[in-house]
Amino acid sequence: MDFAIQTEKLSRIYKIRGGKKSEPKSLAALSDINLEVHRGELFGLLGPNGAGKTTLIKVLTTLLAPTSGQAWVAGYDVAKDPEKVRPRINMVSGGESSGYGLLTVRENLWMFSQFYGIPSGEANRRIKQLLEIVGLADRLNTKSSDLSTGLRQKMNIVRGFLTDPEVLFLDEPTLGLDVGASREVRRFIRQWIDENRARTLLLTTHYMVEAEELCDRVAIVNQGKVLACDTPASLKRRLQQDVLFRLETSPLNGVGAEIFQSLPGVRKVTHRPQDGFAVLELILEEDSILSSVVNAMTTANICIINLQKREPTLEDVFVDLVGRSMEEVESSEQ
Amino acid sequence: MNSEQLPVISQSPIAGRPHKNTGWRLFLQTVIARAYPRVVGQQGEKSWMFFDVLLPLGGVIAYVCVYKAIGAPEDYVGFVVMGGAMTAFWMNVLWSMSSQLYWEKEQGNLALYIMAPNSMMAILLGMALGGMVATTLRALVITIIGSLMFQVQYVVSSYLQLFAVFILAMTALYGMGMMFASMFLLLSREAWHLSNLAQEPVYLVSGFYFPIRNFPFWIAAASSIIPLTLGLDAMRQLAFASGPTLGFISVGIEIGVLAVLCVVFLTAAHFLLAYMEKLAIREGRLTESRR
Repeated sequence: MDFAIQTEKLSRIYKIRGGKKSEPKSLAALSDINLEVHRGELFGLLGPNGAGKTTLIKVLTTLLAPTSGQAWVAGYDVAKDPEKVRPRINMVSGGESSGYGLLTVRENLWMFSQFYGIPSGEANRRIKQLLEIVGLADRLNTKSSDLSTGLRQKMNIVRGFLTDPEVLFLDEPTLGLDVGASREVRRFIRQWIDENRARTLLLTTHYMVEAEELCDRVAIVNQGKVLACDTPASLKRRLQQDVLFRLETSPLNGVGAEIFQSLPGVRKVTHRPQDGFAVLELILEEDSILSSVVNAMTTANICIINLQKREPTLEDVFVDLVGRSMEEVESSEQ
Repeated sequence: MNSEQLPVISQSPIAGRPHKNTGWRLFLQTVIARAYPRVVGQQGEKSWMFFDVLLPLGGVIAYVCVYKAIGAPEDYVGFVVMGGAMTAFWMNVLWSMSSQLYWEKEQGNLALYIMAPNSMMAILLGMALGGMVATTLRALVITIIGSLMFQVQYVVSSYLQLFAVFILAMTALYGMGMMFASMFLLLSREAWHLSNLAQEPVYLVSGFYFPIRNFPFWIAAASSIIPLTLGLDAMRQLAFASGPTLGFISVGIEIGVLAVLCVVFLTAAHFLLAYMEKLAIREGRLTESRR
């Protein structure tokens, strides 16, 4: 099988220095990761902040050595043959501030193209073409320090696509972008991969919509481990026997969501307090279980404001796998 | 991205990907591209006239006033002007070479440099070349203004040797800067503190404002490890009438030592860079601290 990216029992452990007297601690950012990304695939890594997504990208882009295990990109071992991997890849990170503010958009992009050996004339032609596509053509001669966050991110995205890599890594590419700009970037990414199936793209995100809308396959990661890996549709099919409800209720007033979790037939409950109300996401074994949840709410003097039955999303798959929502995982990590 | 149907990104199949140079062409392209922000970009920021020219001139004027007040030989004024111009290079090596990779790391550029198929040595050479060209412009402005202001008399004994000494001193100095940059690769904010620490003492031991002959021999010899020490001494010997009598050692020996320093620093930079890059990849210290 022709894999663009492959990892075998890949692990990375960080040593965290303690104080003068305390021993250094170990943090497993990646634990025995096994992944196979096919050539031509748009593959997503979905997980909360701190799940190990960026660490995995750093290893795959030859910026970080694995502690154990192996990884291959475009057929080459990232640890043993980094010089063979590097001409074939590129990477863009969300919120990055690379380049030099005193250079214009064109000059910054030209500079990075030269590091890949693209002749000047061809680089300039491609820069114009790509800036046209992302709607930045009128900013060609604007100093990059004068760009807004969104426009700067578009420039970074052009930097990544400029070299037309075999394997492109996008680490949270829409981080900090508004809804409209994110949608445009997603559309551009999808088109780039669809135009030429010899291209491969690995994208990390903690936005469910992004993973669902873009990716051919998704690996859900948490605490350095791959919990599941499949197409978004197949992942959601895991929950097809279950029924999902979204309830908006009056504030729970100290009543823990655990009391609903303990009811027979309730598989998972997540609770998000909002301003003046609460949102409960329920995964139930069947419709009829809802009545016992409603009864428990009535007993606890909790009013239901809105009730909605809905289709499963990747967020629900995550909750099913981890037991908590991504938001809850992220806030507990902090 | 403003239309419903996006334009085609690239009509070319995978075989028609952009042509990419490799080998020495890629090396040269990288050097030029990394030098570009310094040569062209920095000239756009007019603040350099104040920070890089007027501030060093302030130091020059202070020393000239002291020398005139104590009745020092007339050539000392020229020595100070030349030394003042050379401080620009030392500042550039400290702040824009040695600690530069720390700033590049924090900006996110270092990861992109490492990840690209170019050689990091080419990136460092580009930084050095760009810095040297941009700083030469600043040093020239200081020399011209200082010379006109204090009517400095130059008596050049050999333009060829003067040019050779300048080139050798710059090559060795920026070679040292490249070596420091490699060593500082693993450092965080300490890089900034180390540069701060090295700034003023070198002004003293390298004789920026007086001939190092005034030092005991072994102190002058030890300070010769900094290429500007011998470079400046040799340039003064070649450009002023009293230069040879106030020089530390003969110009011929100084040229020889500078040539050795060039080889030593550039070779050390090459090996240190390769070693430090591997170490940084192993320890995970190549990317900015916030990620």
